Amino acid sequence: MDNLFQRSLEDLIKGFRLQLLGESSFISRALEEIRREVKATDLSTKSTALHKLSYLAAIHGVDMSWAAFHALEVVSSSRFHHKRIGYQAITQSFHDQTSVLLLITNQLRKDLNSVNEYEVSLALECLSRIGTRDLARDLSPEVFTLLGSSKSFVRKKATGVVLRVFDKYPDAVKVCFKRLVENLETSDPQILSAVVGVFCELASKDPTSCLPLAPEFFKILVDSRNNWVLIKLLKIFSKLASVEPRLGRKVAEPICEHMKRTVAKSLVFECVRTVVSSLSDHEAAVELAVAKIREFLVEDDPNLKYLGLHALSIAAPKHLWAVLENKEAVVKALSDEDPNVKLEALHLLMAMVTEDNVSEISRILMNYALKSDPLFCNEIIISVLSVCSRNAYEIIVDFDWYVSLLGEMARIPHCQRGEEIEHQLIDIGMRVRDARPQLVRVSWALLIDPALLGNMFLHPILSAASWVSGEYVEFSKNPYELVEALVQPRTDLLPPYIRAIYIHSVFKVLVFCLGSYFSAQESSSGSSSTVYESILNLVNVIEIGVWPLSGAYDVEVQERAKNVLGFIGMAKQDIAKNVNLQDNDAEACRVTAFMEDMFSEELGPISANAQEKVCVPDGLELEENLGDLEEICGKFLKPVESDSVSCTDKISFSVSKLRIRDQQEASSSSTSLPAKASSSLLAEHRKRHGMYYLTSEKNDPDSNGTPKDYPPANDLASEILLDPLDPKRKAKHRKSRPVVVKLDEGGESRITTSQAKTKQESVTDDESLSRAIQSALLVNKKGKEREKCEGNSNLVVQEEETSRIEKPQNSEKKKKKKKKKNGERTSGKHRSRRRSEVASSSEQVEIPDLLL
Amino acid sequence: MIHFVLLVSRQGKVRLTKWYSPYTQKERSKVIRELSGVILNRGPKLCNFVEWRGYKVVYKRYASLYFCMCIDAEDNELEVLEIIHHYVEILDRYFGSVCELDLIFHFHKAYYILDELLIAGELQESSKKTVARIISAQDQMVEAAKEEAGSISYIIAQTT
Repeated sequence: MDNLFQRSLEDLIKGFRLQLLGESSFISRALEEIRREVKATDLSTKSTALHKLSYLAAIHGVDMSWAAFHALEVVSSSRFHHKRIGYQAITQSFHDQTSVLLLITNQLRKDLNSVNEYEVSLALECLSRIGTRDLARDLSPEVFTLLGSSKSFVRKKATGVVLRVFDKYPDAVKVCFKRLVENLETSDPQILSAVVGVFCELASKDPTSCLPLAPEFFKILVDSRNNWVLIKLLKIFSKLASVEPRLGRKVAEPICEHMKRTVAKSLVFECVRTVVSSLSDHEAAVELAVAKIREFLVEDDPNLKYLGLHALSIAAPKHLWAVLENKEAVVKALSDEDPNVKLEALHLLMAMVTEDNVSEISRILMNYALKSDPLFCNEIIISVLSVCSRNAYEIIVDFDWYVSLLGEMARIPHCQRGEEIEHQLIDIGMRVRDARPQLVRVSWALLIDPALLGNMFLHPILSAASWVSGEYVEFSKNPYELVEALVQPRTDLLPPYIRAIYIHSVFKVLVFCLGSYFSAQESSSGSSSTVYESILNLVNVIEIGVWPLSGAYDVEVQERAKNVLGFIGMAKQDIAKNVNLQDNDAEACRVTAFMEDMFSEELGPISANAQEKVCVPDGLELEENLGDLEEICGKFLKPVESDSVSCTDKISFSVSKLRIRDQQEASSSSTSLPAKASSSLLAEHRKRHGMYYLTSEKNDPDSNGTPKDYPPANDLASEILLDPLDPKRKAKHRKSRPVVVKLDEGGESRITTSQAKTKQESVTDDESLSRAIQSALLVNKKGKEREKCEGNSNLVVQEEETSRIEKPQNSEKKKKKKKKKNGERTSGKHRSRRRSEVASSSEQVEIPDLLL
Repeated sequence: MIHFVLLVSRQGKVRLTKWYSPYTQKERSKVIRELSGVILNRGPKLCNFVEWRGYKVVYKRYASLYFCMCIDAEDNELEVLEIIHHYVEILDRYFGSVCELDLIFHFHKAYYILDELLIAGELQESSKKTVARIISAQDQMVEAAKEEAGSISYIIAQTT
């Protein structure tokens, strides 16, 4: 009776739409109402309330998991109306952690066995969405029955559900697989597409286990005209063909037929994709595929263009000729409106890059970058940078050109990739000796441009430029201008750490100039006044520029500025004296020579795992427990005043605090040795209050052994391989390529091994499923043979389980056996051989020779 | 497989969601927000596929509604476009010139139709006639049940 006054779903929605503001209060009011109504005993009221709740949950994201039990009650009603609402609520809200999941098993079973096919379908839907391992296990017999039902509607749904059941409970494969395979031969296209869909998913998880079914798939491939089925089949074949190359030969023919004949673009695309990814060895097929791709590329429809480019990029690694043929289309696509299309075109263009066309392609791309929006511009820049720097710049022949390209990139207005450019500038400086003059020239151009200082993204580039100029100052043409650029007042815009680099570069330039001045002094008897004036100018400029920084807030900047000023102060006297410096006792001269020496040592590139290759010297302990520091530095660590230690339990790992606590413990137990090592105090504490401590897996804290988790560095050390000289390229090019210093990046191999390990772990989950499928298929084949030739004792064994009598699967197998072999008498004796052992021992599944 | 189906209006309001992969409530709302932002900002002439978080999202705009389906990277996008169109045609047949209001007020019917169309993330029924037939049969059952519930004999049976 209550439901006469209950708001129905329509009223709720209407009310919601009339509400312009205060939606959340409306929702909470409605929720309260629903909570009240859902507890009613009348099923109609309940179901309407649940209906409203599912609406709120679906559209407005309200949590409805609290109503799980009520949903169950509604589902148990005999009215279809209520059942439907209940099941919808369940599929929406149940998940693996729902506590009432156990209660639903019986209900599902009842509905699955019901006569009304719609109830069955509701239950199947529900199972497909919320199926857990237990549900799958308990209900797989019912699903199995439904797979053979006479109503195709039901069969089709059951097939769809089977995938989920297999996924959660691999043992169900043994029961259901045969029916599934039988359904492959059905004439009903709907069921066929469902079955093929299931196999498609299974094949993507584990192709080898579906390989024995290849002949059936082939038959369907040739016969069927239904596009949905064909697409799924093609997917299956692409997975199978990558595992079994001989399959590719056979399948290429029918696929080409389909490609030529069909009108449906989706099918064509799928064929193309299959051919290009898995059958790439068959020339005829690939050529046909490429022709179809070209058709796609010239269409107006952006979808097809995008797909054509996508297919080309899949083909690119093996069939570069296909990409080169369509070069104009790809370049045109770069200027398309659609960002997806542009991105694909960019990737394709990058794949085409070789030594010869790198400059041409970069030229085109830079032009595009100037014209496009910031996002795409940066994409272009980053892809050019990554391709060119791949494998220690193996693609670049002309480094001078590349360095000037880097400089150009810095000037593109939208450029935001400062760090990468910085990294490459420094990298090239270190590795490629011959490129240094050009590098210095480009850096000089960047440094003297005041406009760049304002652009925050370019600061990393400027820091690299200044470092390069300082490091390789011997190549610069005009150090004076360089220094002027480095100390210009606009550099105030730079962050402190970059200014520090600037000052350091100034220092290097100064040392270089002074050094050459002093050596010029020595060699020539007198100094010309112009040289003297210029060096004095230089020093003055530096002093004026750096002096304000000596009071800077930043520590780095201040320290470096003071260093420079101090050096200048010392050197100025010697310059001013203008003395004949035959006697090398002049301090400045000596110091300068010393500095020059230091700066002239080259900084080379370091490999990524160089640290591990350093052997730990003997006697050096690498421990985590810093408490032992007490023994060493006890006298330097001042104990904290006891009143400053708060009484609340602050979690602090300072050694001194620990010491205080231990001291208090020590004093309370009337032992008073403040300098005791904290570890032994801890041990005492443990002895006294041992039962309150959790069991620790660590070693005895008193022991001084090295921790087990860090492997000793000696094990990781291999020969330090420095490959100093990349062997010069053969003289194919007019200009021989400069030498690039490479290092043995041994770390990469370690990364791949750990990846392989994680791959292995994830494989084990699928292993159980694949093993089950394999064993089921083995049974299938042996069973078929048995039906042909009777009384072959070896094969009977496969069916009968011996010592595993207590397992419940046994009963299902017997059921299946009875249903399968109705004509044959089931022998009561159990053979001694166990089927699963045989199945697992046969690792290689035999490939049917029908196909070869 | 299809991971989820999402129907969003032009103003960003959600009209229907159906999830075929496990997503918590928080993740769902986050996904909806993100995806609506991406898709509603796309221009009219751009292609219907978006790469998102490693998955692909295929969307199509019908009047003021965006129909989005999220699929794996290796699925066929044109096929999913077909599925979306298939769904819309069935809705059209069922409601007779469907508009967004129909979906708002009869959202549960849209759900039932979607359930007939896709199961476990795969297409199960590619014939419009069959789907229409099944849904109407189910509707008839519902009607019969409602009538019976509303009948006087039932009310009497309840109160006694």
